[in-house]
Parts: sequence; C-alpha cells; structure tokens
Amino acid sequence: MDRPFSRVTALATAVLLSLAAACGAGQTADPQGGNGADGGEQEGTELTVGFAAEPANLDFTTTDGAAIPEALLVNVYEGLVKINQDGEIVPLLAESWEISDDRTVYDFRLREGVQFTNGEPFTAEDVKFSIERVQSDDWTVSLKAAMDVVESVEAVDDHHARVTLSEPSNRWLFQMTTRIGAMFSREGVDDLANEPIGTGPYMLDDWVRGDRIVLERNPDYWGDAPGIQTVTFRYFNDASALTNAMLSGGVDVIGTVQEPETLEQFESDEYQVIQGTTNGEVVLSFNNGREPLSDVRVRQAIKHAIDHEAVLETAWAGRGELIGSMVPPHDPWYEDLTGVYDHDPDRARELLEEADATDLQLAFRIPNLPYAVSSAQVVQSQLEEVGIRTKLDVLEFPARWLEVVFTNHNYDMSIIAHVEPRDIVTFGDPDYYWQYDNPEVQQMLDEADSAQEGRRDELMRDVARTIAEDAAADWLFLLPNLIVAAPDVDGLPTNRVGEAFDLTELTRG
Amino acid sequence: MFLVSLLLASIAVFAFMSVLPGDPAQVALGVQADPEAVAQMRARFGTDRPLVVQYLDWVGGLPTGDFGTSYVTQAVIGPQIVDRFLVTLWLVATGMVIAVVIAVPVGVVAAVRHREPSGALLSGASQVGIAIPNFLAGMLLIAVFAVHWRVFPAGGWTPPVDDPQRFLRGLVLPAVSLGLVQAAVLARYVRSAVLDVLRQDFIRTARAKGLGPYRALVRHGMRNAAIPVVTVLGLQLATLLIGAVVVERVFVIPGLGSLLLDGVANRDLLLVQGVVMVLVVAVLLVNYLVDLLYVVIDPRLRRGQ
Repeated sequence: MDRPFSRVTALATAVLLSLAAACGAGQTADPQGGNGADGGEQEGTELTVGFAAEPANLDFTTTDGAAIPEALLVNVYEGLVKINQDGEIVPLLAESWEISDDRTVYDFRLREGVQFTNGEPFTAEDVKFSIERVQSDDWTVSLKAAMDVVESVEAVDDHHARVTLSEPSNRWLFQMTTRIGAMFSREGVDDLANEPIGTGPYMLDDWVRGDRIVLERNPDYWGDAPGIQTVTFRYFNDASALTNAMLSGGVDVIGTVQEPETLEQFESDEYQVIQGTTNGEVVLSFNNGREPLSDVRVRQAIKHAIDHEAVLETAWAGRGELIGSMVPPHDPWYEDLTGVYDHDPDRARELLEEADATDLQLAFRIPNLPYAVSSAQVVQSQLEEVGIRTKLDVLEFPARWLEVVFTNHNYDMSIIAHVEPRDIVTFGDPDYYWQYDNPEVQQMLDEADSAQEGRRDELMRDVARTIAEDAAADWLFLLPNLIVAAPDVDGLPTNRVGEAFDLTELTRG
Repeated sequence: MFLVSLLLASIAVFAFMSVLPGDPAQVALGVQADPEAVAQMRARFGTDRPLVVQYLDWVGGLPTGDFGTSYVTQAVIGPQIVDRFLVTLWLVATGMVIAVVIAVPVGVVAAVRHREPSGALLSGASQVGIAIPNFLAGMLLIAVFAVHWRVFPAGGWTPPVDDPQRFLRGLVLPAVSLGLVQAAVLARYVRSAVLDVLRQDFIRTARAKGLGPYRALVRHGMRNAAIPVVTVLGLQLATLLIGAVVVERVFVIPGLGSLLLDGVANRDLLLVQGVVMVLVVAVLLVNYLVDLLYVVIDPRLRRGQ
C-alpha cells in the first residue's frame, strides 16, 4: 500500500496503543485505592461506604432530608444523649442527668475535657447556645418544633446545664438524640453548609460534590478512637451503579440496599448481608378527611382486601417485616398488630356493601419511587378484586408529590415510607396530610408525653392499637435495614434506630 | 445575533422553570414542613417576588458571571457550574477523540471498498453501533470490564490533579461508551462524504495520472470530504454534551449532567437556569468554531469574504 495511507494507519495505531498503555498501566493498581493496604493495627485503615442519596449540603439546620444526619450525626456532631441499638437513650456528651419530680427540669452533668474541632472547649454555654439556636430563625427545618417545649436553658457552671420545660415531655429527651440535639460551637456556625464543626470522633476531610464525603478520625476526640482512620461515603444516584460498585470493589459496604432483588448475587463467602429493622414504615395513607375514605368501613374494607405478604414480596423481594401499626419492633411500646385485619376479600366486599360504596373510584396518587410504584400495582389489582377501582397517578418526587398530596391533600390514597423515628405522633395532628382527627388519640398522645415510662408505654400501645383498629392508614411493611459488606468489616448496625449511620463501632481486620 | 440568541434562551429557560410545578421551598423543607415555615423559606429564596422582578434580577447578574446562589447547596452557583463543566468537558473531549480516531479510518476504508465484502461489513457494523444507545453501551462495558474482569472501576470520578492514573482509568469506560456510539454515527458520514468525493472528476483525473485510490483521496479528496464531516462533528459535539448527561448518571460522574438532573429534581431553579445557559453558550460557540473551521479547510471560502 502507498505511503500516505500507512502514515494514517501508523498514527491511528499509535493513538490506540498509547490509550491501551494508559489503561494497562493502571491494571496493577488497587481498584479500591489502597483500602486497608497496610493491614496494620488501626492506623491507615480505610472504609468506603456507598449510599443512594447525597446530602444537598452539610447543613441540617436549614435543609431537610435523611442524608445529612446519616453522614454527620454521632460521627461529626454529638448530642448530650444518643440512642443505642435497643432503642434506649444513653449518655453521650452528658455523663448523666437528673429529672425533677414534676418532670420539667433536666440537670445535665457534662463530660469534661471535650473540645470542638475548631479548638474551642465544649461547655454548658454551648448547650444553651445550641438549644436556643434551634428555637431561633436560624433553624428552619420543621423538626425544630420539638424544641418549642423548652422554656429556658441555664449554664449553672461550665459542666452543668439546666433545661426547663414548659410542661413534662418524654418526646423532648428522645428528640435530643436526633439532629436537633446536636451541639454546635459558638464560633463554628458561620458556614454550616460546607464546614461542619462538632465534637465527634470524625471530622470532615474532603467533600467532592456529586461524588463523595471523606471523614477523617478526629485526633483530639475525648472518647475511644474509632476503629477506622478514614471513612469515605460515596453517593450513587443510580441503584444499579451502587450494586456494580460493590461487585467491582469500588465500595466496601452498601449502607442501604435500594434493590433488594439484587441481594442473591451477594449471598456467598465474599460478602456479608445484614438484615435488621429501620424506622421506615411504608404507609398506604388514606385521606381520612374526605369522602369516601372518611367512612371507617371503606378504610377497613381496603385493609381486608390487601394481601400484605404479596405486597412485600413484590415491592421489596420479601425482605422486611409486616407491621400492623405505626411502630417498628425496636420501639419500647411495640406490639404485634398484624392480625387486626387479615386478608379477607369476602369481608371487604361485605363492608363495602354496608357502607353503600360498591362503585368506588379512588384517586391513588403516589410518588415516583420504586417501592411505591411496585407496591401500588399490587394494591391496585387486589382492590380491583373486591370491586374498588383506582386511578393511579405517579407524581414526581419530591416536588410534585409534596405539592399535590402532602400540602394540598388532593388525593384519596397514597404510598410513602415515613422514616422519622417515633413518627406515630403525626396521627395526633389533624392537619397532617392524612387528615386523621381523633380526639381520643390526641389526648392519649398528650398524656403519654408527660407520663412516667411504664405508663407512657401503656398509652403508646393503646394509641398504636386504636389507629390500627380505626384503620387510620394501612401499613404495607417496614423497610428493612439491609447492608452488604466485605466480610472483614465488623460492627455494622443491625438495626437503624436513629438518624445516623454510626461509624464508631466499625472495625476491619 | 449571538446576544439575541442568548436573550431568547434566557427568557425560554426562565419561563419553563417558572411553569414547572413544584415549590423549591417545600422541597427544601420536606415532609414535616408547616405552611408558615414554607412561606418563610420562600421569602428567603426570593421566590415570593413577581416573576418579572425575579427574571430581571437573575438575568442582570449573568453578564458578570453572577448566577446567583443555589437554593439547595446554599453555595454560589458560578464556581459549581465551572467545576462540573470541566468534568463534562474531559468526558466529551475524550469521547470525541475516540469517535474521530475510530470513525475516520473506518469510514474511509468502507468508502474505498464499498463494493467489497469488507466494506459492507464495516458499514454494517457502524449501523449496529448507531442503534445502541450510549447508556446501554455503558452498562455493557461495566458488566464486562468492571464487574467481570475488574479492569476498570464501575464508576466514580477522580480529578486529574489528585491522581492522574486513577483519573485515566476512571475516564476510559464512560469515554468509550460515549465515543463508540458517536464513532458509529460519524463513520457513516465519513463514508458517504468520501464516496461523494471519489465520484468527482478531479479524483478520476488523479487516478488517470496513475495515483492509487488512497493516495488520490489523501492528496486531492480529504479537504473536500472534510467539510460535511466537520459540520456533523459540530452537531455531534452538542449531542455529546447531552449524551454525557445520561452517561454521567450510569457512571456516577459529577459532571454538568448530574448537576442538571439533581437541580431539576430539587427545583433548584437558579441552578438549572444557569446550567442550561452555559450549555446554550457552549453550543453557540461550537457552531461559531465550525464556521471558522470551514474557512481554514476550504480556501475558496476565504476569497468569498
């Protein structure tokens, strides 16, 4: 062949070869970027955890969403108290506390020798500052309402903070384990969206938006140093990308499995799969405030028409637990209420006839989230069998769903996971989007909030049973805590009881 | 002309984002929000002002590069877009290079041998390539090279300054999945452009003088064939920018595409508007460059000016 063409060929070959060389050169490198490469005691250990949703920014005081506290709470920010695996409230920055006889005054003894990562010492003044800041306009997330019950905070001395409530509230101390209880430095709140400053065992090292957050062990931590030196949270908008990353060694842990049907490929010695409970109740919500679901018999008919096993099987590959009310099994007042409404299509038809509602057409408006769509299809066909027709509208989440269903209450039924801990209290709010207005429930919730523990649990059990019997909603299933991890990772949480993905117990070895 | 296009684009983008249902304040506050807090947030975002005021406020900042502050990340938008755009540019540029490097030889050979089986095979292969969407190519590449052989990472992004080797390894699969599909499209155009040129009188004359087919093409035909190919390349650059949106999703790359998608989901209006404006400018610039290239390639156009 003539010379000019060989020149073209040569050029093309050269480019291809250099490309191949560049790729080939990388082959020897550790695909995980040297994870735990030294295999030493604790120094230099690394762990990469994959999650689905990335925090929009790092400021949970003004931006809602589970992803921010998931990464930062307990790990970077600490509260006076935290919640353990059994759902109990245990000391963290407070060594101990005393509650007055009328249950309105809390005296916290603070841990000494604690400092923020900006070098400032942690004192009772910071407790006062942090709690009062939640009540100010600086905090905008709606969770802040849980702090309304605080009347005053007093720094008695450096290590003694006194909080006075306007009325007794069990809920308040529990809420102090969530993000609103996080302790901030008075000098460290200028740029919360980018620069979190807390007292926790980890501090922010690097944040590549759209990709990862890197946490580094805090060298001046007051407590035992955590087992892993560097933890990288990586974020995958696409669930199968996360699965692929686990299969190809790009992450060591899938923090929350989003595609449970993919779990089979992880059931080998190369991986460990952990399954526990979360606070995520997948609720088939009813609009109790308008016809036809304002009629209890119609709501009961729907509950009898649904085969919950089948829903769980289709929507979440059978992983998860069936619950009969708004209470996950790790809450102290849990009671198995799955038997209150069994799958009984005949009974459903009877109830519909009694209610004179044989020609129903319901607006079934759901968010475009995978579990909601697949659950809705099963629910739809099961309702069809008892003669309830539904018009399924899939709305973009969050924007459209929040507007149509949550804010304007323009729906009959919806499906969404309610993931906040102890969110059964929403049934005491008649303005909440399920429009459930039951004075008896409201009164029991109020009373439970000020009662001693034993009495509280009794009342909460009654609330759970009442809303179940009254068919205020249907509980399709409880989202499981599903984790896939490399076999050498220890200390992963079986149950996700709080908002944080707690890194403090993790080790590799 | 350039400015008029930009102005029209800004009005279109703004109008579209304003009619999009969903309230940014409500999205930021989530499922526990009460109406009062939402109203407060709206005031903070400035979305409670009349639309005309919002538009003028936004568009007034654009000439100085002030895109405003994101509702969601609470960070200034300009630098964010620059960061993400650089990532996308790497991807698109590498994809383009791969496309050209594959498409030109394949197209030329397919044209010169268009009567032989090997030529038909090449143009058949490119036909198949066109039919594969680039996200599917990406998923196939991941399944083979990341999950099965573990040669390349399944996704993620390392900035070149942090670690050049990891950067390159991470770039290979997404760039190839972008480039392969474009190569298939481009090869078809190269083939038909070269075929056109081969039928011209001056090529026949060159062959008559005794030049071989490739030599005649390279010496007399390449410049002529290049004009339609460059036009297509310009169009393809715009397609690649859009294709990158999808490929970035598959490979979890923090480029302009993922920024755009997240922005839309969160109703981060200013951010979305900013990204779209940058894309508009980029496409206009590419078109302008293509016009300039014509003159470089074809001396006859110079005289016309």
